[in-house]
Amino acid sequence: MNVYADNAATTKMSKRAIEAMLPYLDQVYGNPSSLHSVGQRAAEALASARERVAGALGCTPREIYFTSGGSESDNQAILSAAAIGARKNKKHIISTAIEHHAVLHTLDKLKKNGFEITLLDAHENGIVRTDELKSAIRPDTCLVSVMYANNEIGSIQPIAEIGGICREKGVLFHTDAVQAIGHIKVDVVKDNIDMLSLSAHKFYGPKGVGVLYARRGVSITNLIEGGAQERGKRAGTENIPAIMGLAAALEDAVSRIDESSKKLTVLRDALINGIMQIPHTILNGDSVRRLPGNVNVCFEGIEGESLLLLLDSKGICASSGSACTSGSLDPSHVLLAIGRPHDVAHGSLRLSLSEENTMEEVEYIIKSVKDTVSYLRDMSPVWRDLQEGKKKYVIQ
Amino acid sequence: MLYSEKVMDHFMHPRNVGVIEDADGVGEVGNAKCGDIMKIYLKIENNVIADVKFNTFGCGSAIASSSMATEMIKGQPLDRALELTNKAVVEALDGLPPHKIHCSVLAEEAVKAAIKDYYDKNGIEYDHSLFPDCDSCAHCSDGGCEI
Repeated sequence: MNVYADNAATTKMSKRAIEAMLPYLDQVYGNPSSLHSVGQRAAEALASARERVAGALGCTPREIYFTSGGSESDNQAILSAAAIGARKNKKHIISTAIEHHAVLHTLDKLKKNGFEITLLDAHENGIVRTDELKSAIRPDTCLVSVMYANNEIGSIQPIAEIGGICREKGVLFHTDAVQAIGHIKVDVVKDNIDMLSLSAHKFYGPKGVGVLYARRGVSITNLIEGGAQERGKRAGTENIPAIMGLAAALEDAVSRIDESSKKLTVLRDALINGIMQIPHTILNGDSVRRLPGNVNVCFEGIEGESLLLLLDSKGICASSGSACTSGSLDPSHVLLAIGRPHDVAHGSLRLSLSEENTMEEVEYIIKSVKDTVSYLRDMSPVWRDLQEGKKKYVIQ
Repeated sequence: MLYSEKVMDHFMHPRNVGVIEDADGVGEVGNAKCGDIMKIYLKIENNVIADVKFNTFGCGSAIASSSMATEMIKGQPLDRALELTNKAVVEALDGLPPHKIHCSVLAEEAVKAAIKDYYDKNGIEYDHSLFPDCDSCAHCSDGGCEI
């Protein structure tokens, strides 16, 4: 059986998104900046895509900037807020320890340029506390950037509350909503979000295209110099086919959000319950305030990369926060931030489901994971020491 | 593919997995914090490695390196086994990705640690320069891990 359970990494494109792109490859191939009719047809398509995206997010078309994806949107949002802050001599930014590297590395860069960064604790359940945010905000805070939902452990942050606090204190609020959009309901107006990043390939759209939403009045700094595309804020000829695919995928995902999250939550909880039967296993992230398709666990006594390779040989595609899968020797910063010790963080497994997954597949994953964990534990000297009482279990 | 066919073969079908309860020499190297621990058990008869088993906590290349190293030393006289280098393990595996070379180093060190343990237990004199000056792992310190 082949089971793709790595949808937080990327998704398979929906038929609707593919069909929406096709005419823009060879029929409406013009450059939207061209004055002639071929170009203008593309310009009209771009305008309609922008309107549809705005409709799905609950904002106006002028607040939508098409980008190359989540990372670019995160970079642009943070650097824009930093530029606004620097003009007023406000050089303090608040974020969290579990952000995506697109956020964390941008903050590192700002730190080198004299900004002060406060990273909020995500606690054991992977959720920040709003009272801690309140006390972290200072008169010189220019930005709060908190991800909507975590890409590894699926925890969902209290975004509406955070948005309310920031608005009241007059601090700009950005959220990396790459994992949330199309999976849980997001309302940029109600949630008081000033800037939001999203990426199409996380909700069955094409890769290499995303959106930066910036509320009217928030001045955006452009990262790429050149033409006047995206109202001068993002130079470069627009990727019209990808943008059409994004718009279609977004409308589709948002319109079916209740149905899909209901279905996914059932599959997710069955998968969590099945896997948690394995002794000395712990769930990472909150069990309730969690993305509908996200499962993330740590198994004591084994290492994640070997688990992934063996699951792959059984047809199951998953992911791990183990160091060996990251190319560095340190395991996931998210797992370390929620308090998992290094040796336990190495034994992590993330399964992220899509609507295409079935209960039969979930049962197959559970059985395969059980067999594989037990096989790897049998050859693990760490497991043997734990079993013989020479070492104490970290996970009970 | 991240790994060669040889690595995948030794990872999927590791040779000499297990424990020798009455082993004559046992060597454990690595650090769970860094994600790799190897333990090698030796049965020695007339200065020859009559049997070898391993247990490994680690990634695919760590398991494959352990498997290959045990296969290379099984049936070998101790002085030959001591000549095993991580480079030879890498070559026998048709290569490892650059950031996985440390797995082969661990395999070499685990073999040496097991032979040293046998020498120590039996009061056999040996050239100390043959063994890495490391109690647990040459690549890990309290501050973290280095390749």
